[in-house]
Amino acid sequence: MARNSLGREIPANWKGVDYEPYIDPWSRMPAVQRSTRPLERRTPWDSKLLGSLHEAIEKCGLESGMTISTHHHLRNGDRLLNLVIQECDAMGIRDLCVASSSVHPVNAEIIPQIRNGTVTRCETGVNGLIGELVSKGELDFPIVVRSHGGRARSIVAGDVTVDVAFLAAPCCDETGNLNGVQGPSACGSLGYAYTDARYARKVVAVTDNLVPYPASPVSISQSDVDWVVKIDSLGDPQKIVSTTTRVTRDPAGLLIARYASEVIEAAGLLRDGFSFQTGAGGTSLAVAENVRNRMRELKIKGSFGCGGITGYFVDMLEEGLFHTLFDVQCFDLKAVQSLGRTLMHREISADLYANPFNRGCVVNRLDCVILGATEVDVNFNVNVNTESNGLLLHNTGGHCDTAAGAKLAVVVAPSIRGRLPIIREEVTTITTPGETVDVIVTERGIAVADKHAELKKELVKRRLPVKGIRELHEEITKLTGVPRPVEFEDEVVALIEYRDGSIIDVVRKVKEG
Amino acid sequence: MNGRDRLRRTLLYVPGNMPGMLQNIPVFEADGVMIDLEDAVPLAEKDAARVLARNYLRLLPDREKEIFVRINALDTKYALGDLREVLPAKPDGIRLPKADTRDVVEKLDTILTEAEEKLGLPIGWFTIIPSIESAVGVLNCVEVAQASSRIVALAFGAEDYTASMEIHRTKEGTELFNARTRIVWAAKAAGLQAIDSIFADVNDMDGLRRETELVKGLGFTGKSLVNPRQIPVVHEVFRPKKEEIDDALEVMEAIQRARQMGTGVISLRGKMVDAPVVKRAARILRTAKAFGLVDYELSDEVIHGKE
Repeated sequence: MARNSLGREIPANWKGVDYEPYIDPWSRMPAVQRSTRPLERRTPWDSKLLGSLHEAIEKCGLESGMTISTHHHLRNGDRLLNLVIQECDAMGIRDLCVASSSVHPVNAEIIPQIRNGTVTRCETGVNGLIGELVSKGELDFPIVVRSHGGRARSIVAGDVTVDVAFLAAPCCDETGNLNGVQGPSACGSLGYAYTDARYARKVVAVTDNLVPYPASPVSISQSDVDWVVKIDSLGDPQKIVSTTTRVTRDPAGLLIARYASEVIEAAGLLRDGFSFQTGAGGTSLAVAENVRNRMRELKIKGSFGCGGITGYFVDMLEEGLFHTLFDVQCFDLKAVQSLGRTLMHREISADLYANPFNRGCVVNRLDCVILGATEVDVNFNVNVNTESNGLLLHNTGGHCDTAAGAKLAVVVAPSIRGRLPIIREEVTTITTPGETVDVIVTERGIAVADKHAELKKELVKRRLPVKGIRELHEEITKLTGVPRPVEFEDEVVALIEYRDGSIIDVVRKVKEG
Repeated sequence: MNGRDRLRRTLLYVPGNMPGMLQNIPVFEADGVMIDLEDAVPLAEKDAARVLARNYLRLLPDREKEIFVRINALDTKYALGDLREVLPAKPDGIRLPKADTRDVVEKLDTILTEAEEKLGLPIGWFTIIPSIESAVGVLNCVEVAQASSRIVALAFGAEDYTASMEIHRTKEGTELFNARTRIVWAAKAAGLQAIDSIFADVNDMDGLRRETELVKGLGFTGKSLVNPRQIPVVHEVFRPKKEEIDDALEVMEAIQRARQMGTGVISLRGKMVDAPVVKRAARILRTAKAFGLVDYELSDEVIHGKE
């Protein structure tokens, strides 16, 4: 065990792998080569088309102990990961590692295969029940949680080698040209899958929409794909892009959004060339709406919007408020449709988006990102992975990537959730280090990191409720009281990897109480 | 400043029986809040709401905004209990529903005086905002406005008023025109602020804006609100224009020169500046300051002159 620079105890070796403790957001850079994959020759008369997942698994030589991946663009409508693992189980393959780009609640279907040893390790963060059971010690399934940029880095740098990538392909031809914008399972951008397509030792495109050659537009091309499998259905279209993305109606959320947009303006960022990212949550969208209105009023021509793209950003592109959208993931149908039709709406890989080791990623060019939090602490550290009950329930997404990249990282959160204070003395789990977070906005006040004295002054001048982070913390706990801390056992059930591959925190088993 | 000059563009109703909403009172930027013990609270929760309101007020001794309590009407069996419970926690004032007659206001005034004596507060500490919400009230509002020196503003309750008139309230509000005009007259004649009724459709911000512009034009100085989302819209309507602020600053400068010369009247670009002009300028600057548009310290001596 060693302490990292944020005071968290980190094992030097976990489940047989050596890890480095987190030091700071900027300096780690191991001297390694880009990962690679073998060349393959295909003749004009070779066919890639296979009849079933079973056949693909055999053809790829997938064996016990290997690593598989899927992408999570089908989100909670995804069936593919479950199908693949169930098939492996039926074939008697054991001890697999899952290195998908994320795991959603729908993938709780693989819990029987975790219990019977078909899958035994997880090189990706998880959303929902699996994380909960792992936190409680009810599932033995070691998890390494990674950000979008961190996952791309881990594969490009060879920390994680994917033996077989199964890529859900909403539109695909028999040679493996594929895109995400057409077909019944259309999900839009395939940003997370690019890295798998390029670096996995074998790539299987799995489609429920096999079209005559050539599938076009091409997101991932035939030169990367080994095999093509047609199945009945990749998932439940209702749950792929069904999340209704709409502005919150909650007065507190709207107030937070208004403060956040005033912070952006006060920081002097609302000028021509403005670049911006928000999530799809109701408060984030309210910030986007405020920003859009101000850009209109001030006649500002922005540079780009990026990250997970919503209809709001599409509207801003179409209105000329942004020059380009860089899209790693579509959050709604409007975004999917736009990606299929608009030249300046660009699909980008998670690598280009946020990998810290690739000669410069898109998040480095962000002026401002709006981020959420399950907790923040008085040192501006942010937790998005665990809840205050200690359970690992959420994956990191691009949180720590964009915070590190953007000039201004603004965390928006209600001061109280349920009856729990959101600003804590210490967060349960550190996802994003405080040194990359600039402003925390709650409905009770705005806390500005010390390094931004000028911004703080400007906010005070604009009569915004600027408060010290400790003052805010005290004000909130005066109402809520200080919750009794969750007790943990020593056993580490998950690692929280920072985007550069160092370990920023661990998740321990929650003590039964 | 609890007086008649205090900014009251927005007075937000917060149901007294909902702790989750009470705890957000400091968060929203309404000029004032009215903790409601009357219409928003079901009969079964009347007593609980009083206790919650009292405890909440005690928790928040340093208030940045005015907090009124809307008690139940004085002719109900709840009113006295409401007052007994909340007055010791020192709300800034009472919003009195169904203030139909001078007598009703005088009765409340007496109760408040007794409470002040008992609590050791200066007489006149609690303010009153009578609410005119019936045909009788509209007819009597001139007298009601002058019934007590505690009154800081006269409010209009259009929902109850239209019910008493057996008419429907429309978004255009033509049916309210006469009542509104008379209430503004009564308020202005008594030197009071005038607070317009709530706008019930919380999703129609354009409608709210139109109504607020209308009542601002009639002379109302603020509105009662049912949802915090309505606050920015109303504030925006009441936001002084740049020309108004520049003009007001010139007036203040001119009157300061006049006071130094020992007079209360001076000519500014050919127009006479005297007490009413100065008062209007002071009101604009006070509003502008609340918006953060100017940083001007108003002094009573400049506004009213030395005695």
